[in-house]
Amino acid sequence: MSALFFKELADHFGRRRFALLLGLVALGLVWGAFVDLRLLAASGRQFFFLDVFTATAGVPISLLSFLSFFGPVIGIALGFDAINGERTQGTLARLLAQPLHRDSVYNAKFLAALLTLGLVVASMMIVVVGLTMFRMGIAPTGEEVIRLTGLGLVTVAYLAFWLALAITASVLFRNTVTSALASIGMWFALGFLITLLGGVLADRIVPDIETTDDAVRHVNIESWTNRASPSGLYSEATSILLDPIGGRALNLFTIEQGRLEGLLSTPVSAGQSLQLVWPHIVVLVAMVGVLLAASYIRFMREEIRA
Amino acid sequence: MSSAVPLIEAHGLTKRYGGFTAVDGIDLTIDEGEVFGFLGPNGSGKSTSILMMLGLTEPTAGDVRVCGHDPARNPLAVKRQVGYLPESVGFYGDLTGAQNLRFTAELNGIPRSEADARIAELLDMVELEDAANQPVVQYSRGMRQRLGLADVLLKRPRLVILDDPTLGLDPAGIVWLLGLIEELSARQGIAVFLSSHQLQEVQRVCHCVGIMSHGKIVLEGTVAALTAQTDAGGFHVTLKVEGANDALDAALAALPSVRKAFRSGIDVVIESDEDVRADAAAAVHEHGGRLLEMRANDRTLEDIYLRYFQETVA
Repeated sequence: MSALFFKELADHFGRRRFALLLGLVALGLVWGAFVDLRLLAASGRQFFFLDVFTATAGVPISLLSFLSFFGPVIGIALGFDAINGERTQGTLARLLAQPLHRDSVYNAKFLAALLTLGLVVASMMIVVVGLTMFRMGIAPTGEEVIRLTGLGLVTVAYLAFWLALAITASVLFRNTVTSALASIGMWFALGFLITLLGGVLADRIVPDIETTDDAVRHVNIESWTNRASPSGLYSEATSILLDPIGGRALNLFTIEQGRLEGLLSTPVSAGQSLQLVWPHIVVLVAMVGVLLAASYIRFMREEIRA
Repeated sequence: MSSAVPLIEAHGLTKRYGGFTAVDGIDLTIDEGEVFGFLGPNGSGKSTSILMMLGLTEPTAGDVRVCGHDPARNPLAVKRQVGYLPESVGFYGDLTGAQNLRFTAELNGIPRSEADARIAELLDMVELEDAANQPVVQYSRGMRQRLGLADVLLKRPRLVILDDPTLGLDPAGIVWLLGLIEELSARQGIAVFLSSHQLQEVQRVCHCVGIMSHGKIVLEGTVAALTAQTDAGGFHVTLKVEGANDALDAALAALPSVRKAFRSGIDVVIESDEDVRADAAAAVHEHGGRLLEMRANDRTLEDIYLRYFQETVA
């Protein structure tokens, strides 16, 4: 299996999709260089290196929004032709005539793409943090490092979902174009439509907000619908991680009114934030698992005709 | 591994797709070092049978053992010893021919030092040594096919399964391929299982053939045995005779071992169990005819094949 793994890895970093991956790292470079740090510094906020990822000053949208919107494209690009690409090339039958298990082919493809995603996300974040250190002359605190590591993990899990989705499409559809289109369709459905649906649903079920209870129900319906979408999970998890003060506002309505003000001005610890995003990570990983298992079973039983 | 175990042994092997039966209970035995021609028109179930032998699809019923192993349960043991050239073989286009082979060597766990020498030797054998460092995208169809053969032989198989290997080869390429198959079998003792719908070329190198039609093996055996089996045996001689007459017909029919003699125009056809050409020529001479031409019709495999299929159609 290792031979196949390294070949796949070489493919990703070889000529095929290198431009796309490099683009993501370059993006980090641009953001790191152009985010208006003086404006950030002037705001007197506590977590400078976290704010760089959410800041919109000096750049069109925040780096995080960009990752959330276009990260799926990277995941899909690495996976949409994983299996059917081999099939159209006529190499799948030849590959499976070699003494290796069918699941090794599948696993090697997923793991190589996952490692690629990890490396790209890590390099991009290092570029951003490095540039900010260079421009400001300060180093991130331990707290920030923990939170950024968490962000990296959540981001990889998020991209892994789209990768798994694309690999599933590559098993289900014989044509690489069909599987790419199907993946992009799912990206729209899960990434955008569900988020819109959440608002509509909440308005339908709780049309008039009169009491606090109504407001709580409204928000709950919206956020639970969003949690069905990996994009919703991702934005919730990242806001918890990157905004230690406002980020737990998602539980705002469960906190008694009187205690609100005092709570809102003190940041939660990194450990507590990680505890809060743990379910998000678990759900994302579980979604990946379900997709992979479904396509895995399909692929294992499939007829491999040249 | 005892040599008594046949390389391929199938019993009642069946594959159904919904209501359609692609392979309908075939029985097969291929021994060590044998060249077996698996013949039949397109869509007769040849490729599906091959897929089942390699564990690339599961049989609906029956069982098959390759090198003594069940390919569905123990695919690795089979694939370590069997080389398979698919119907339309593909390679990674952006890698060179040599790199593609090196990848196959890695998948087969052949150490690098050994692999390089072996790859050079095989590329030499399939006459691709000049194109070895060229990306495969630039290869012609025939070159890919030859690279496919090198790929199949890399693991030093006991058995190679070639699915329609002559497809897309030019006549010279076909002659070369058949020569190679003969050599593999004769010199290296590798058994070859060869599927094809082109018969003339294949019968030359096969020890044994099986003819598939609608998912069944309708004929199986050596070419000579098949000839007898289809009742196409014996000799067919066509004469062109000037001045033939009824007396001549009677004389020809009376020759020993002649089953039938009939005339239309100047053509006289004799069917017999033994070679009667010399006697026939003498008889023509004796009855005042002038022998213009005499032709013995060899019964080729194609005749058998066509004859069989005409029978099934009729």
